[in-house]
Amino acid sequence: MKWLVLAVMVGATTAGEVLQAAGMRRHGEIRDFRPGAIGRALAALARNRFVIGGMAAMAVSFFALMKLLSMTDLSFAVPVSAVTYVMETVLAKYLLRERVNARRWAGAALVICGVVLVSL
Amino acid sequence: MTSETARLRLKSWIFTSIVVFSNPFGDFFLKRGLPDSAHLSTPLEYIAALFQPLVAIGVVLLIVWQLSRMALLSWADLSYVLPVTSVGYVVVALIGKVLLHETITGRRWTGILLIMAGVALVGGGAPSTVPRKAASQ
Repeated sequence: MKWLVLAVMVGATTAGEVLQAAGMRRHGEIRDFRPGAIGRALAALARNRFVIGGMAAMAVSFFALMKLLSMTDLSFAVPVSAVTYVMETVLAKYLLRERVNARRWAGAALVICGVVLVSL
Repeated sequence: MTSETARLRLKSWIFTSIVVFSNPFGDFFLKRGLPDSAHLSTPLEYIAALFQPLVAIGVVLLIVWQLSRMALLSWADLSYVLPVTSVGYVVVALIGKVLLHETITGRRWTGILLIMAGVALVGGGAPSTVPRKAASQ
């Protein structure tokens, strides 16, 4: 049961963040930070299917985390969530077509090891 | 390095700082402000809790966190944002040490060093490797 909830959480987090990244890229670079422009950007994002899908997946991930924390403690939940880093980086390369060069792979690997050590 | 890459990198560093500080401080204020779970049973009590000043500050900070992260993703790659924003784990550990006087073990210091090395490696590179347009605003 613990592993099922964990799988749901990892899957939903990964899907949510990849969808959000895809939606924000479609929206384009935000350059104007005046209140009116931010309001217009938010209105456009509220109609962006990728962003909406990402929010829904993140809501699932949030409730799965709540459920997981009621069954285990943080020292289990946080290090295992580093798995999402690996999955998201792989999807960033193959789905979002980002050029993940050796430097980024090395950086991601260091961060994943570091996160596990910090949160264990 | 082109001036365009330098411009995006500076912008990314500024927004990464907002992301990594708004998240832990948002969590902190939320936890400080929320009453004991015994007083949170009906939906009305949850809504009432939102008007506690500390809870409201926490919620605003968490909204800032989510929006600044989305803004960052509008010009930076996911494979850039993920590693650089993980400096947040370091911020959490240092807040624990400075404000709550928690001790940081040797293992956690090693983890902090690895995260910082990874952040420096990725953060020093170009934030975007795919063509993007400016948002139509």
